Amino acid sequence: MASEGGEDHRLPRIASAIRVIPDFPKPGIMFQDITTLLLDHEAFRDTIDMFVERYRDKRITVVAGIEARGFIFGPPIALAIGCKFVPMRKPKKLPGEVISEEYSLEYGTDIMEMHVGAVQPGDRALVIDDLIATGGTLSAAIRLLERVGAEVVECACVIELPELQGSQRLGGKPLFVLVKAAAA
Amino acid sequence: MACGKDGEQDPRIGGIAASIRVVPDFPKKGIMFQDITTLLLDPKAFKNTVDLFVERYIGKDVSVVAGIEARGFIFGPPIALAIGAKFVPLRKPRKLPGEVISEKYVLEYGTDCLEMHVGAVQSGDRALVVDDLIATGGTLCAAMNLLERAGAEVIECACVIELPELKGREKLNGKPLYVLVESR
Repeated sequence: MASEGGEDHRLPRIASAIRVIPDFPKPGIMFQDITTLLLDHEAFRDTIDMFVERYRDKRITVVAGIEARGFIFGPPIALAIGCKFVPMRKPKKLPGEVISEEYSLEYGTDIMEMHVGAVQPGDRALVIDDLIATGGTLSAAIRLLERVGAEVVECACVIELPELQGSQRLGGKPLFVLVKAAAA
Repeated sequence: MACGKDGEQDPRIGGIAASIRVVPDFPKKGIMFQDITTLLLDPKAFKNTVDLFVERYIGKDVSVVAGIEARGFIFGPPIALAIGAKFVPLRKPRKLPGEVISEKYVLEYGTDCLEMHVGAVQSGDRALVVDDLIATGGTLCAAMNLLERAGAEVIECACVIELPELKGREKLNGKPLYVLVESR
């Protein structure tokens, strides 16, 4: 498993704390399980620190985290840099008025929602999820944020599956990841 | 109007309570939904929320923070990181990729199920259960059962908001509950 971010001494521990589960959710898929990373306090701490160090001086005003594993990594980053956290959710979970964005799945489509009023024009946003695969979910999040006038500064994930070329689907927005892994 | 717990109200509670938005008739008519997403848009209120929990649990040898999907994933990890504990996500069925144990619980109509990874928690672990809100206590009770079945000791349940009229506190098998804000 190669890693991004150069030779940072914290990366080997982070990478080895991630458990690979074969054939989940279906045969042939090597699922990257971050729950074991969350059981290693030092590795989890280091993961957050690496993102915070990158973004603390970039005038980020909002961290958007994608349901549900983006809710684990996004808030600690938002708290450390002192900015808003906005949850990007599956349909019908957010109670107030929402805007929705449809996106493609392997078979069919899904919808992502954000609260109206959570983000304003001029907000500088970071989008967070645990992993980028095809980039469909992240690109839906980028579109939602841009529709309300925010500037998406970067997308940040713990893990990338480069074979699935998700980084090409982010509308030109940059991607920062800590660890790269094989998809299958 | 919401008020704080624990006798004399900490001066931070007022700002926290005021930052919570009530959305009427969600998810159905007659329900006044306590929306914490507006708290997450207020960095000071969010930081104060986490700090109040951290101040209570630091130095108490808590080794696990278990957060209930999905809003427990927002509050649990910052607490876990600050007190040096593992974070364990408790999830809806079929989300966790590895071997799980499941606990059924009763809803208003029907039942649901909460799952935890086998091996995440061991006997000797001292656990905190975190969610954004306690209503009837059904979900928290299922969470406590999962942790105890794995051999952990549940020290306390911690929520931002309690709906006291629903008497969830009584469903916790005598385990203590700590909340910041009550909503009637």
